[in-house]
Amino acid sequence: MHEMGIAMEIVDIAKASMPADMQGARVQRVNLQVGKLSAIVPDSLRFCFDLVVKDTPLEGAELAIEEVSVVARCKDCQAQWTVTEPVFTCTACRSGAIDILSGRELDIKSIEIEDED
Amino acid sequence: MWFFTNRTTRRYHHNHKTHGPHDHHHHDQGRDVESRKSGTREIKVVRRVLDANDIMAERMRTVFAEKKVFVLNMMSSPGSGKTTTLQKTLARIMPDLRCAVIVGDICTTNDADRLARSGAPVIQINTDAFGGDCHLAAHVVERAVADLDLDAVDLLVVENIGNLVCPAEFDIGEDKRVVVLSVTEGEDKPAKYPLMFRECDATLLNKIDLLPYLDFEMDLARRTIAQIHPGMPVFEISAKTEAGFEAWIEWLVDQVKAKLR
Repeated sequence: MHEMGIAMEIVDIAKASMPADMQGARVQRVNLQVGKLSAIVPDSLRFCFDLVVKDTPLEGAELAIEEVSVVARCKDCQAQWTVTEPVFTCTACRSGAIDILSGRELDIKSIEIEDED
Repeated sequence: MWFFTNRTTRRYHHNHKTHGPHDHHHHDQGRDVESRKSGTREIKVVRRVLDANDIMAERMRTVFAEKKVFVLNMMSSPGSGKTTTLQKTLARIMPDLRCAVIVGDICTTNDADRLARSGAPVIQINTDAFGGDCHLAAHVVERAVADLDLDAVDLLVVENIGNLVCPAEFDIGEDKRVVVLSVTEGEDKPAKYPLMFRECDATLLNKIDLLPYLDFEMDLARRTIAQIHPGMPVFEISAKTEAGFEAWIEWLVDQVKAKLR
């Protein structure tokens, strides 16, 4: 729902990450990780990204989205498993005391910039 | 916006004082180049997109800790009865607890007008002015708080935008999060919006006075919530009749007092 704001934030972070000696170069790709438990719809995000990159060094860049599954670990028995439906009890001992290890990501991993030399 | 610092990649840069001088290429501005494909340079970034919000939320949390203000983030879908619940709640806990409210709405000041009758200072945020947002972000709360005398507040309630999706993503510096779900919305909502119910510290199941007219399965709703967030307190209430309010108020006051102590 707030994918437009997210897309704008991505562009800002990518622009700020460009090394001083590469200002003016074009960003070809942004590598993003999106957890399945985040409220982000990849298709909507790509749509917004394509709109907001206009007239920036990211114009025409690809937004590569890697979806990250939800992985939980039980605090009681240390079992670790991938959560595929909204059930957050331990699959081994039924405990409800769990840590979410991954699945909340909304991280920029890297940007790929056109380099002439 | 804040100045960019690349926290994660900085770790890769060793210190020559302890490491000794050696011959290698230091990349510009502390950023590491992961690979050089032909014609492309990959720059590691490794940053959370919502970093800006999280940093702001932490700053707010520090302010609230200094001022000894407990902050409750109230979330729900539109029409769940958040405002009525809050009105009736304020009537019970004021003036023992000095309360203030920040209310987010895309348009209208209806909720703020209703809440102002409680006597608590009410700050209305129409997110229209910020682009018709679907949630309140930390910077919006920071601006709203600037109009409040935090020294005269024990409990600050932030009534978020009616939406079961986006507000769950945004930390606003709160101490606890409560989700209001009305029984007219159906017992499947926790399963449909698991993030909200995972992120909250308590659930209010509102409008239980309507249960005789609905097919709402309370046991199923409670079971589903318990699967998504085992151990989370669930209070069955009616904001209209104030049924079930005692347990909810007791929980809330305990949370506030634990921080103010």
